[in-house]
Amino acid sequence: MEDNVVLTARGITMTFPGVKALENVDFTLRKGEIHALMGENGAGKSTLIKCLTGINDFEAGEIHVDGISGPVRNHSTKDAQEVGISTVYQEVNLCPNLSVAENLFIGREPMTKFHTVDRRSYNKRSQKIMDELGISVDVTQNLENYSLAIQQMVAIARAVDMDCKVLILDEPTSSLDDEEVEKLFSLMRNLRDKGVGIIFVTHFLEQVYAVCDRITVLRDGQLVGEYPIAELPRVKLVAAMMGKNLDDLAEIHKESIEDVSKNPLEISAKGISHTGTIKPFDLDIHKGEVVGVAGLLGSGRSELARAIYGADKASTGTLSVDGKEVKINQPIDAMNLGMGMLPDDRKAEGIIADLSVRENIILALQAKRGMFKQLSRARQEEIAARYIDLVQIKTADQETLVKQLSGGNQQKVILARWLATDPDFLILDEPTRGIDVGTKSEIQKMIVKLAGEGKSILFISSEIAEMLRTCNRMAIMRDGEKVGELDHDLTQENVMKAIAGGEQAQ
Amino acid sequence: MKNKTRLNGNTILLLITIVLFIVLYAGGCIAYGSKGFTHTQTFLNILITNAGLICVTCGLTVVMLTAGIDISVGALIAMDCMILAVGMRSGLNAIVMVLIVLVIGVAFGLFQGFLVGYLEIQPFIVTMAGMFFCRGMTAVICTEQVSITEQTSALFYKWANTKITLPFGGYLNNKGKYLAPYVRPGVIVALLLLIVTFIMLRHTKLGRSFYAIGGNAASAAMMGLNVKKVKLCAYMLSSIFCSIGAICYCLNTMAGSVSQALGLEMDAISSSVIGGTLLTGGVGNVIGSFFGVLINGTISSIVKTNGKLASSWPNILTAALLFLFIVIQSVFAMMRNRKK
Repeated sequence: MEDNVVLTARGITMTFPGVKALENVDFTLRKGEIHALMGENGAGKSTLIKCLTGINDFEAGEIHVDGISGPVRNHSTKDAQEVGISTVYQEVNLCPNLSVAENLFIGREPMTKFHTVDRRSYNKRSQKIMDELGISVDVTQNLENYSLAIQQMVAIARAVDMDCKVLILDEPTSSLDDEEVEKLFSLMRNLRDKGVGIIFVTHFLEQVYAVCDRITVLRDGQLVGEYPIAELPRVKLVAAMMGKNLDDLAEIHKESIEDVSKNPLEISAKGISHTGTIKPFDLDIHKGEVVGVAGLLGSGRSELARAIYGADKASTGTLSVDGKEVKINQPIDAMNLGMGMLPDDRKAEGIIADLSVRENIILALQAKRGMFKQLSRARQEEIAARYIDLVQIKTADQETLVKQLSGGNQQKVILARWLATDPDFLILDEPTRGIDVGTKSEIQKMIVKLAGEGKSILFISSEIAEMLRTCNRMAIMRDGEKVGELDHDLTQENVMKAIAGGEQAQ
Repeated sequence: MKNKTRLNGNTILLLITIVLFIVLYAGGCIAYGSKGFTHTQTFLNILITNAGLICVTCGLTVVMLTAGIDISVGALIAMDCMILAVGMRSGLNAIVMVLIVLVIGVAFGLFQGFLVGYLEIQPFIVTMAGMFFCRGMTAVICTEQVSITEQTSALFYKWANTKITLPFGGYLNNKGKYLAPYVRPGVIVALLLLIVTFIMLRHTKLGRSFYAIGGNAASAAMMGLNVKKVKLCAYMLSSIFCSIGAICYCLNTMAGSVSQALGLEMDAISSSVIGGTLLTGGVGNVIGSFFGVLINGTISSIVKTNGKLASSWPNILTAALLFLFIVIQSVFAMMRNRKK
């Protein structure tokens, strides 16, 4: 093992039923560096971390840790801790009802000669540890009296005090505010200077550039590359994560989309936010307009839509529909105002697999009418037939159970469900994910056609190309915030630059 | 370093319990002073009557700290008392019978603890089965009431009738005779057990582990605690303490019967809750639970001294108190969440 290297993983391969979660991935961590592990959801970050900490049992590959001869194979987090690998998760794994000092020492308390725990001794040692790390707390107070940031730092302090050489921080900043993040960073830098190797997993690009020395990017379970931070500007990082090569980005010209900016406003959001998921944003959508929402996964795309639709009740701001100010407390309010939303997780929030195609299609319409005004069977069949035909659902008949349809057709069933309510405003969250190319282009055409009929559409997608083909305008999301809009020069390169933010590509 | 403890929610809950007890007791003294409520003996009688309950509540507090529950204790007391009574009737020595009952407590607790800790079965189900088993076994041993008299066991009879007089707090009765206040041996046992439990919970590894597991079992496991073993210990302690409580209880009733200590598990749970123990685990201590028992005892004592109130009144007052405490606890929990 070369000098300075504290952890190496070589050729790690791990398969889950049907999915290759990691394929031949290498990873190297040096002493005294903060190393970002980047990738979109499903890229294999968590799987790699779990292989290192003994939660996953990988199939092939070797892990070496400095100071230990021979490959290391951990079978539990306890094994990992013994070879010096500690992990601190977003959810703090401590006991809130015990004091800070007890959390640092539980399970390994110093004892008095009467075989009782030596509280005075470990209080003193805890205070010393926290003082050295520059964390100002009274260690005799219960952990629950402190903010999440402090709790996280206590978890880190515990790891450090247990002689960890490798500290893994898995999304530690997701629930912290800016000031708390800064505190956490100074602790991380402090530890780096003491020679700890830190693996930092986050989806906040800003934070990577604020604190990291090196970046390893994964995509679809494979290693994209390892880069010193200076050699990987934001745009290139985004391109690496999304799997696009900036140099040969083909310009995609959208088909002629008519100018609708003179049309009256359908939706006008002013300062809408939902505490903890999305910061206040403004968004106007004209009648007949398709507005795209672009950003990395986890940047707040779905959260923006959910706040408008009332799936997450807005904490602040006002919403106007068709020029009138409205109050949306829950999705049924939004439905009654002529909105519809196709959620991104169609298994959990969309289809009801054990009901028939007909029942799935009339579901939203029935909910809107209320429980006691049931649609007659004949009317149900008429509606179902119309929309099966309209969105071209390939099904044996109306009474086929939805679970027997293909993924693309299930998606069309949900689309049909919302179209049946005749909405003026439709939110489509990843309507084309996981379906074949043919169906994708059908859905894209349908979006343009619906807009042509005067409906307004909010279109969320991970594929910039399909939004370029369909959208009049795009809202750009980054780190839970709407950071801008693009209404002209809609090109893949411009959108990616906007998503990456900060400094521009050199 | 000097420990300066800020008043946190849990300390306040304990203080409320203590203040409530004092207020209740003072109320009793003012209202029924003429009926002898102010005598030291009235207070000591509460301890004597509830010695068994204090032991059981100590054990139950430990279980509740791990976010568990043990509803087998009332039935276990009945079974223990029946075994004591029948054993001594058949001529066995009181000391032997006490040891047998303690061994039963250990074995029963080990079994329940194994089911909860290692097989991860819901504690409510496990101890409910234990409750039916014990109540059933009591009837199997004997369906009639079996009394313990001087003839069946002179030693046990002697224990039951031992008065340990206190050197203070006596008074002269209306014939001018000095009556010294006294407690029974059961009270000494209960108070010793209370002190031992307090020290165990506060100053030993095992005691702190109960709190850790109640706070967050998954975290406790991540920090290297053996959650299964600690849970087993909690249920074992509960059954042992319950068996010790059964001996104290039997010294009061001097009998074994099928319907003995019916619903006692609920008295123990309500005492713990009134004393500030959270059913969700991780918060509480035995001092609070002790005052919980005293509050319940004081209510009964007031109703008894009054003499005109129906005997169902203690239940209604306990219900009101429980309700009050649960509301206060929720308010504190809400305030804590809002602070974040």
